[in-house]
Amino acid sequence: MVLLFAEYSDGQFKKAVLEAATYACDLAKSLGTECAAVSVGQVPDEALKTLGNYGVSKVYKVANEKLNHFTNTAFAAAISSVAAQTGAKAVIFAQTYNGRAVAPRVSVKLDASAFSGVIQLPDTAKSFANLRLAFSGKGVEEVAAAKEKVVITVKTNSYKVTENPVSCTVENFDFSPSDASFDALAKEIVKAAEGISLTEADLVVSAGRGMKGPENWGMIEELAKLIGAATACSKPTADMGWRPHHEHVGQTGIQIAPNLYIAIGISGAIQHLAGVSSSKTIVVINKDNEAPFFKIADYGIVGDLFEVVPKLIQAIKKIKGIT
Amino acid sequence: MKILVCISHVPDTTTKIVFNPDGKSLNASGVTFIINPYDEFGLVRAIEFQEQGKAQSVTAICVGGPEVEPTLRKALAIGANDAVRINANPSDAYFVAKQIAEYAKDKGFDIIFTGKESIDYNGSMVPGMLAELLGLPFISFATKMELNGDKKATLNREMDGGEEIIESSLPVVVSCQKGIAEWRIPNMRGIMASRTKPLTVVEPASTGAGINTSGYNYPPSKGSCNYFSTDEVDNLANALHNKGLV
Repeated sequence: MVLLFAEYSDGQFKKAVLEAATYACDLAKSLGTECAAVSVGQVPDEALKTLGNYGVSKVYKVANEKLNHFTNTAFAAAISSVAAQTGAKAVIFAQTYNGRAVAPRVSVKLDASAFSGVIQLPDTAKSFANLRLAFSGKGVEEVAAAKEKVVITVKTNSYKVTENPVSCTVENFDFSPSDASFDALAKEIVKAAEGISLTEADLVVSAGRGMKGPENWGMIEELAKLIGAATACSKPTADMGWRPHHEHVGQTGIQIAPNLYIAIGISGAIQHLAGVSSSKTIVVINKDNEAPFFKIADYGIVGDLFEVVPKLIQAIKKIKGIT
Repeated sequence: MKILVCISHVPDTTTKIVFNPDGKSLNASGVTFIINPYDEFGLVRAIEFQEQGKAQSVTAICVGGPEVEPTLRKALAIGANDAVRINANPSDAYFVAKQIAEYAKDKGFDIIFTGKESIDYNGSMVPGMLAELLGLPFISFATKMELNGDKKATLNREMDGGEEIIESSLPVVVSCQKGIAEWRIPNMRGIMASRTKPLTVVEPASTGAGINTSGYNYPPSKGSCNYFSTDEVDNLANALHNKGLV
């Protein structure tokens, strides 16, 4: 059996989790087995049953009220307990913050090989042989499991969500966390400002030093809002305080892989490219035709961004029929 | 209070990655190696705790061959008191976590710092495995950490859609990212002192790996860029629209 950790947050299954669900079900199919999920906390049954849309036929629900808020210790114990009792061969996680915190613990508990950030299904005939990005996207590593069982985290935005409806049943799973599971406990949650989460965004509009100053960002925000994109920035602009640090993408910032990345006034230093080169379509707008970013771009415009971006906004408005 | 800082020895962020012709390993010739930048955040936070009189010792540890010693010396130059090299090839995350856990288990460390991930393998697996192997709480992606006396710490942890403020007992494993501290450039005094600070070599514990790496390759190269002039911005918008992107 393949077991998915069905991470439920803010009253929903995030896209990254649905990607992992599709991955888990496709993996189960290639192994000729079923895909089940484990849910931790008091998640409504109706919500859990929606996982059937992606091929999950059973959900083990650990409905302990102490587990309504995430802690990696208790969640790892709950997930491992379900995995051990059901004899799961593979446990699949979305590469969310919580997924990344809990997956390594589960791999140790189950004595499983841990694959981090995979982008495709493994070769199940060859010890789950797979490829994963390494060296911040500058290399691809060929890996295989040394152990019987595997734990896999699926890189966000790399596996397409597909629907494959099956009937899905929910079964309560009895599990009580130990007191030691709560040695680290959240006291308070600080929500980020409204907007689209950068790591989950399909579309990202990003700008750099070519903007000349923070006061010029209005058109970047307008473009992003128009197409429903998240905004991002280069390291220098975050370091200079033009933009908040949580927008910084690159090797030492956030690494993203959206469907569309529009880079405006960013030259494309190797550290920046390392954080964005997995984007499916890259558009570069820069006045310097030698900017290294053009080497990995799909579409490029060499020109003054203060001329090009307003034109692009107008052109998209025309397409969308907005006047 | 004793602090252990786990260090990865990684290619500098500006490195052009080249693999050896057999595709089995990184071609290290001409590559500058550095302390993994995220590990360095933890290292500096540890040194700050020491400067505030809250910690008595800061030990840097790295799993690797003799080639990692200059990187450990740099950690000593920044301010760690001593360094430990576990003399083994860091073959995969589980192997590394197990080696560090075996070393740390009976040494009484109150905080174990790691980076949120290494910039070479980007796995983000070692800290969680280490916490599990040692039976300790684990705070991932920490952007802030304060000690509250009485063996407790308050940490901010990045999560989807915001941050969590967590109170944790010690000992604890903390994976660090930007925010928890600022990088420091070692001064001349630190560099001089680093030469005589103790660097102990420890033989590895016997353990297997969780993952075998058979080789490396380059990511598929992109096709050439499609250019539009500044008078053809409409065409760019249409191209993106036709791909279903806008």
